[in-house]
Amino acid sequence: MAILKAGDPAPEFSLPSTPDQRVSLSDFRGQPVVLAFYPADWSPVCGDQMALYNEMLAEFRKQKAQLLGISVDGVWCHAAFAEDRKLHFPLLADFEPKGAVARNYGVYRSAEGLTERALFVIDGEGIVRWSYLSPIGVNPGADGILDALDAMTNQEK
Amino acid sequence: MALRPPVSEHDHSAGSASAPLVLVEYGDYQCPHCAAADPVVHAVQKALGKDLRFVFRNFPLAEMHPAAEPAAEFAEGAAAQGKFWEAHDAIFAWSRRHGPPSLGPSAFAAIAQTLSLSPEQLEADVSGHRYLERIKNDFNGGIRSGVNGTPTFFINGSRFDGAPTFDELSQALRALL
Repeated sequence: MAILKAGDPAPEFSLPSTPDQRVSLSDFRGQPVVLAFYPADWSPVCGDQMALYNEMLAEFRKQKAQLLGISVDGVWCHAAFAEDRKLHFPLLADFEPKGAVARNYGVYRSAEGLTERALFVIDGEGIVRWSYLSPIGVNPGADGILDALDAMTNQEK
Repeated sequence: MALRPPVSEHDHSAGSASAPLVLVEYGDYQCPHCAAADPVVHAVQKALGKDLRFVFRNFPLAEMHPAAEPAAEFAEGAAAQGKFWEAHDAIFAWSRRHGPPSLGPSAFAAIAQTLSLSPEQLEADVSGHRYLERIKNDFNGGIRSGVNGTPTFFINGSRFDGAPTFDELSQALRALL
Protein backbone atom coordinates (compact mmCIF):
# COMPACT_ATOMS: atom_id res chain seq x y z
CA MET A 1 0.00 0.00 0.00
CA ALA A 2 1.30 3.43 -0.94
CA ILE A 3 1.68 6.28 1.52
CA LEU A 4 -1.54 8.18 2.16
CA LYS A 5 -1.67 11.51 0.37
CA ALA A 6 -3.41 14.85 0.62
CA GLY A 7 -7.18 14.44 0.64
CA ASP A 8 -7.19 10.94 2.14
CA PRO A 9 -8.96 10.48 5.47
CA ALA A 10 -6.39 9.86 8.21
CA PRO A 11 -7.08 6.44 9.78
CA GLU A 12 -8.03 6.66 13.45
CA PHE A 13 -5.64 5.12 15.95
CA SER A 14 -5.28 4.73 19.67
CA LEU A 15 -1.77 3.91 20.86
CA PRO A 16 0.02 3.94 24.20
CA SER A 17 2.30 6.93 24.76
CA THR A 18 3.37 5.84 28.25
CA PRO A 19 2.80 2.65 30.24
CA ASP A 20 -0.55 4.03 31.45
CA GLN A 21 -1.68 6.54 28.83
CA ARG A 22 -3.13 6.22 25.36
CA VAL A 23 -3.34 8.84 22.65
CA SER A 24 -5.93 8.80 19.87
CA LEU A 25 -5.97 10.84 16.70
CA SER A 26 -9.52 11.91 17.52
CA ASP A 27 -8.27 13.50 20.78
CA PHE A 28 -7.10 16.35 18.59
CA ARG A 29 -10.23 16.99 16.50
CA GLY A 30 -10.36 20.70 15.68
CA GLN A 31 -6.61 21.21 15.57
CA PRO A 32 -3.90 20.18 13.14
CA VAL A 33 -1.81 17.13 13.96
CA VAL A 34 1.74 16.57 12.78
CA LEU A 35 2.35 12.84 12.69
CA ALA A 36 6.03 11.96 12.37
CA PHE A 37 6.84 8.30 11.74
CA TYR A 38 10.49 7.45 12.34
CA PRO A 39 12.34 4.13 12.14
CA ALA A 40 13.60 3.79 15.71
CA ASP A 41 14.47 5.44 18.99
CA TRP A 42 18.18 5.94 19.75
CA SER A 43 19.32 7.06 16.36
CA PRO A 44 22.97 7.91 16.96
CA VAL A 45 23.20 11.25 15.17
CA CYS A 46 23.44 14.66 16.76
CA GLY A 47 20.46 16.80 15.87
CA ASP A 48 18.31 13.89 14.78
CA GLN A 49 14.76 14.27 13.58
CA MET A 50 12.95 14.04 16.92
CA ALA A 51 15.52 16.32 18.58
CA LEU A 52 14.98 18.88 15.84
CA TYR A 53 11.19 18.81 16.23
CA ASN A 54 11.63 19.05 19.99
CA GLU A 55 13.31 22.41 19.44
CA MET A 56 10.32 23.58 17.41
CA LEU A 57 7.49 22.96 19.84
CA ALA A 58 6.91 26.68 20.34
CA GLU A 59 6.54 27.09 16.59
CA PHE A 60 4.05 24.20 16.36
CA ARG A 61 2.15 25.62 19.33
CA LYS A 62 1.88 28.94 17.53
CA GLN A 63 0.12 27.08 14.72
CA LYS A 64 -2.00 25.24 17.34
CA ALA A 65 -0.64 22.00 15.94
CA GLN A 66 -0.04 18.88 18.00
CA LEU A 67 3.15 16.96 17.24
CA LEU A 68 3.14 13.17 17.68
CA GLY A 69 6.17 10.96 17.09
CA ILE A 70 5.49 7.32 16.25
CA SER A 71 7.65 4.24 15.86
CA VAL A 72 7.43 0.52 16.57
CA ASP A 73 9.43 0.87 19.79
CA GLY A 74 7.64 -0.05 23.01
CA VAL A 75 6.55 2.40 25.70
CA TRP A 76 9.48 1.72 28.05
CA CYS A 77 11.94 2.32 25.24
CA HIS A 78 10.13 5.54 24.31
CA ALA A 79 10.16 6.62 27.96
CA ALA A 80 13.92 6.14 28.25
CA PHE A 81 14.56 7.82 24.90
CA ALA A 82 12.33 10.79 25.69
CA GLU A 83 13.98 11.26 29.07
CA ASP A 84 17.48 11.03 27.65
CA ARG A 85 16.76 13.48 24.83
CA LYS A 86 14.50 15.69 26.95
CA LEU A 87 11.68 15.35 24.43
CA HIS A 88 8.53 17.26 25.37
CA PHE A 89 5.97 15.69 23.05
CA PRO A 90 4.32 12.26 22.95
CA LEU A 91 6.03 9.31 21.34
CA LEU A 92 3.50 6.66 20.38
CA ALA A 93 4.26 2.95 20.46
CA ASP A 94 3.02 1.21 17.30
CA PHE A 95 4.17 -1.95 19.03
CA GLU A 96 1.29 -4.41 19.27
CA PRO A 97 0.08 -5.46 16.81
CA LYS A 98 3.41 -4.35 15.46
CA GLY A 99 3.27 -1.56 12.91
CA ALA A 100 -0.51 -1.73 12.52
CA VAL A 101 -0.91 2.05 12.38
CA ALA A 102 2.08 2.45 10.07
CA ARG A 103 0.50 -0.11 7.72
CA ASN A 104 -2.74 1.88 7.68
CA TYR A 105 -0.79 4.97 6.66
CA GLY A 106 1.19 3.04 4.04
CA VAL A 107 4.53 3.56 5.75
CA TYR A 108 5.56 0.14 7.12
CA ARG A 109 8.69 -1.65 5.94
CA SER A 110 7.83 -5.26 6.54
CA ALA A 111 11.28 -6.52 5.46
CA GLU A 112 12.95 -4.70 8.35
CA GLY A 113 9.96 -4.46 10.69
CA LEU A 114 10.35 -0.69 10.93
CA THR A 115 8.26 2.29 9.99
CA GLU A 116 9.41 4.51 7.21
CA ARG A 117 10.59 8.04 7.92
CA ALA A 118 7.38 9.75 6.90
CA LEU A 119 5.48 12.90 7.77
CA PHE A 120 1.77 13.66 7.75
CA VAL A 121 0.00 16.92 8.43
CA ILE A 122 -3.63 16.18 9.32
CA ASP A 123 -6.27 18.87 9.64
CA GLY A 124 -8.81 19.33 12.42
CA GLU A 125 -11.35 17.24 10.51
CA GLY A 126 -9.01 14.27 10.27
CA ILE A 127 -8.07 14.70 6.62
CA VAL A 128 -4.48 14.33 5.45
CA ARG A 129 -3.42 17.67 4.02
CA TRP A 130 0.21 16.86 3.26
CA SER A 131 2.43 13.82 3.42
CA TYR A 132 6.07 13.14 2.71
CA LEU A 133 8.09 9.95 2.51
CA SER A 134 11.75 10.61 3.24
CA PRO A 135 14.65 8.37 2.27
CA ILE A 136 15.03 6.38 5.48
CA GLY A 137 18.53 7.64 6.22
CA VAL A 138 17.75 11.31 5.64
CA ASN A 139 16.33 13.62 8.29
CA PRO A 140 13.61 15.45 6.34
CA GLY A 141 13.82 18.59 8.47
CA ALA A 142 10.69 20.59 9.11
CA ASP A 143 10.32 23.09 6.28
CA GLY A 144 7.69 20.94 4.53
CA ILE A 145 5.64 20.62 7.73
CA LEU A 146 5.63 24.36 8.34
CA ASP A 147 4.73 25.09 4.72
CA ALA A 148 1.79 22.68 4.98
CA LEU A 149 0.59 24.26 8.23
CA ASP A 150 0.92 27.73 6.68
CA ALA A 151 -1.10 26.67 3.65
CA MET A 152 -3.88 25.42 5.93
CA THR A 153 -3.91 28.62 7.97
CA ASN A 154 -4.01 30.73 4.83
CA GLN A 155 -6.86 28.71 3.39
CA GLU A 156 -8.94 29.27 6.51
CA LYS A 157 -8.51 33.04 6.27
CA MET B 1 16.52 23.05 -0.28
CA ALA B 2 17.10 26.74 -0.63
CA LEU B 3 18.17 29.39 1.79
CA ARG B 4 15.02 31.39 2.48
CA PRO B 5 16.14 34.43 4.40
CA PRO B 6 18.72 35.71 1.89
CA VAL B 7 22.07 36.90 3.17
CA SER B 8 21.77 40.51 4.26
CA GLU B 9 23.67 43.20 6.09
CA HIS B 10 22.17 41.87 9.33
CA ASP B 11 24.20 38.69 9.04
CA HIS B 12 27.60 38.10 10.58
CA SER B 13 29.72 37.98 7.51
CA ALA B 14 33.42 37.69 6.72
CA GLY B 15 34.91 38.44 3.33
CA SER B 16 33.88 40.69 0.49
CA ALA B 17 30.18 41.42 0.03
CA SER B 18 30.76 41.18 -3.74
CA ALA B 19 32.44 37.75 -3.59
CA PRO B 20 31.03 35.34 -6.19
CA LEU B 21 30.77 32.55 -3.61
CA VAL B 22 28.74 32.75 -0.41
CA LEU B 23 29.03 30.00 2.18
CA VAL B 24 26.41 30.12 4.93
CA GLU B 25 26.71 27.92 8.01
CA TYR B 26 23.91 27.18 10.46
CA GLY B 27 25.70 26.12 13.62
CA ASP B 28 25.38 25.33 17.30
CA TYR B 29 28.23 26.33 19.63
CA GLN B 30 27.89 23.21 21.75
CA CYS B 31 27.77 20.81 18.82
CA PRO B 32 31.02 18.86 18.48
CA HIS B 33 30.66 18.64 14.69
CA CYS B 34 30.39 22.43 14.44
CA ALA B 35 33.47 22.84 16.61
CA ALA B 36 35.31 20.47 14.31
CA ALA B 37 34.06 22.33 11.23
CA ASP B 38 35.35 25.73 12.40
CA PRO B 39 39.01 25.19 11.42
CA VAL B 40 37.81 23.60 8.17
CA VAL B 41 35.90 26.77 7.33
CA HIS B 42 39.02 28.82 8.07
CA ALA B 43 41.08 26.68 5.74
CA VAL B 44 38.43 27.03 3.03
CA GLN B 45 38.37 30.81 3.54
CA LYS B 46 42.13 30.92 3.19
CA ALA B 47 42.12 28.78 0.07
CA LEU B 48 39.42 30.77 -1.71
CA GLY B 49 40.51 34.21 -0.54
CA LYS B 50 38.57 37.10 -2.00
CA ASP B 51 36.24 34.81 -3.92
CA LEU B 52 34.47 33.73 -0.74
CA ARG B 53 32.13 35.39 1.69
CA PHE B 54 31.31 33.40 4.83
CA VAL B 55 28.18 33.91 6.91
CA PHE B 56 27.37 32.28 10.25
CA ARG B 57 23.81 31.91 11.55
CA ASN B 58 22.77 30.50 14.91
CA PHE B 59 21.02 27.15 15.11
CA PRO B 60 21.18 26.25 18.81
CA LEU B 61 19.64 22.87 19.65
CA ALA B 62 18.85 24.27 23.06
CA GLU B 63 17.10 21.24 24.54
CA MET B 64 19.94 18.94 23.59
CA HIS B 65 22.78 21.37 24.28
CA PRO B 66 21.97 23.52 27.30
CA ALA B 67 24.91 25.90 26.72
CA ALA B 68 24.25 26.39 23.01
CA GLU B 69 21.87 29.30 23.40
CA PRO B 70 23.89 31.13 26.10
CA ALA B 71 26.99 30.66 23.93
CA ALA B 72 25.17 32.19 20.97
CA GLU B 73 24.05 35.06 23.21
CA PHE B 74 27.65 35.49 24.33
CA ALA B 75 28.88 35.65 20.73
CA GLU B 76 26.16 38.17 19.84
CA GLY B 77 27.16 40.25 22.88
CA ALA B 78 30.75 40.11 21.70
CA ALA B 79 29.55 41.27 18.27
CA ALA B 80 28.12 44.36 19.90
CA GLN B 81 31.63 44.99 21.20
CA GLY B 82 33.06 44.48 17.72
CA LYS B 83 34.48 41.01 18.29
CA PHE B 84 32.01 38.51 16.88
CA TRP B 85 34.44 36.32 14.94
CA GLU B 86 36.98 36.37 17.75
CA ALA B 87 34.34 35.13 20.21
CA HIS B 88 32.92 32.66 17.66
CA ASP B 89 36.33 31.06 17.11
CA ALA B 90 37.21 31.16 20.81
CA ILE B 91 34.03 29.30 21.81
CA PHE B 92 34.65 26.55 19.28
CA ALA B 93 38.34 26.38 20.25
CA TRP B 94 37.32 26.04 23.90
CA SER B 95 34.92 23.28 22.99
CA ARG B 96 37.57 21.37 21.03
CA ARG B 97 40.08 21.72 23.84
CA HIS B 98 37.92 21.15 26.92
CA GLY B 99 34.93 19.34 25.42
CA PRO B 100 31.47 20.74 24.55
CA PRO B 101 29.99 19.99 28.01
CA SER B 102 32.51 22.39 29.61
CA LEU B 103 30.90 25.41 27.94
CA GLY B 104 29.14 27.61 30.47
CA PRO B 105 29.53 30.75 32.56
CA SER B 106 33.12 30.11 33.64
CA ALA B 107 34.21 29.30 30.08
CA PHE B 108 32.53 32.48 28.84
CA ALA B 109 34.22 34.53 31.60
CA ALA B 110 37.61 33.14 30.61
CA ILE B 111 36.99 33.84 26.93
CA ALA B 112 35.80 37.37 27.69
CA GLN B 113 38.99 38.00 29.60
CA THR B 114 41.22 36.63 26.85
CA LEU B 115 39.46 38.79 24.27
CA SER B 116 39.38 41.88 26.52
CA LEU B 117 35.61 42.08 26.31
CA SER B 118 33.68 43.90 29.01
CA PRO B 119 32.50 41.05 31.24
CA GLU B 120 29.77 43.10 32.94
CA GLN B 121 28.21 44.08 29.62
CA LEU B 122 28.38 40.50 28.32
CA GLU B 123 26.90 39.10 31.50
CA ALA B 124 24.06 41.62 31.24
CA ASP B 125 23.50 40.77 27.56
CA VAL B 126 23.41 37.02 28.21
CA SER B 127 21.32 37.02 31.37
CA GLY B 128 19.01 39.73 29.99
CA HIS B 129 18.59 37.71 26.74
CA ARG B 130 19.25 40.85 24.76
CA TYR B 131 20.01 39.00 21.53
CA LEU B 132 17.79 35.97 22.02
CA GLU B 133 15.21 37.11 19.49
CA ARG B 134 17.84 37.50 16.81
CA ILE B 135 19.09 34.00 17.60
CA LYS B 136 15.58 32.56 17.41
CA ASN B 137 15.06 34.34 14.10
CA ASP B 138 18.21 32.69 12.79
CA PHE B 139 16.91 29.33 13.99
CA ASN B 140 13.49 29.75 12.41
CA GLY B 141 15.01 30.89 9.13
CA GLY B 142 17.15 27.76 9.24
CA ILE B 143 14.13 25.52 9.76
CA ARG B 144 12.38 27.18 6.82
CA SER B 145 15.45 26.61 4.69
CA GLY B 146 15.57 22.89 5.43
CA VAL B 147 18.30 22.82 8.07
CA ASN B 148 18.02 19.35 9.64
CA GLY B 149 21.02 19.23 11.95
CA THR B 150 24.25 20.99 12.69
CA PRO B 151 26.28 22.11 10.98
CA THR B 152 24.28 22.68 7.80
CA PHE B 153 25.96 24.63 5.01
CA PHE B 154 24.47 26.48 2.06
CA ILE B 155 26.54 27.42 -0.96
CA ASN B 156 25.15 30.32 -2.96
CA GLY B 157 21.75 29.61 -1.49
CA SER B 158 21.58 25.84 -2.04
CA ARG B 159 21.98 23.29 0.72
CA PHE B 160 25.29 21.46 0.66
CA ASP B 161 24.69 17.83 1.56
CA GLY B 162 28.29 16.62 1.44
CA ALA B 163 30.60 16.07 4.38
CA PRO B 164 31.95 19.26 5.97
CA THR B 165 35.55 18.48 5.09
CA PHE B 166 38.04 20.79 3.42
CA ASP B 167 38.09 18.74 0.23
CA GLU B 168 34.35 18.41 -0.21
CA LEU B 169 33.54 22.00 0.71
CA SER B 170 36.27 23.59 -1.37
CA GLN B 171 35.48 21.36 -4.34
CA ALA B 172 31.79 22.25 -4.21
CA LEU B 173 32.66 25.92 -3.97
CA ARG B 174 35.26 25.90 -6.76
CA ALA B 175 32.82 24.13 -9.04
CA LEU B 176 30.74 27.31 -9.06
CA LEU B 177 33.60 29.65 -9.92
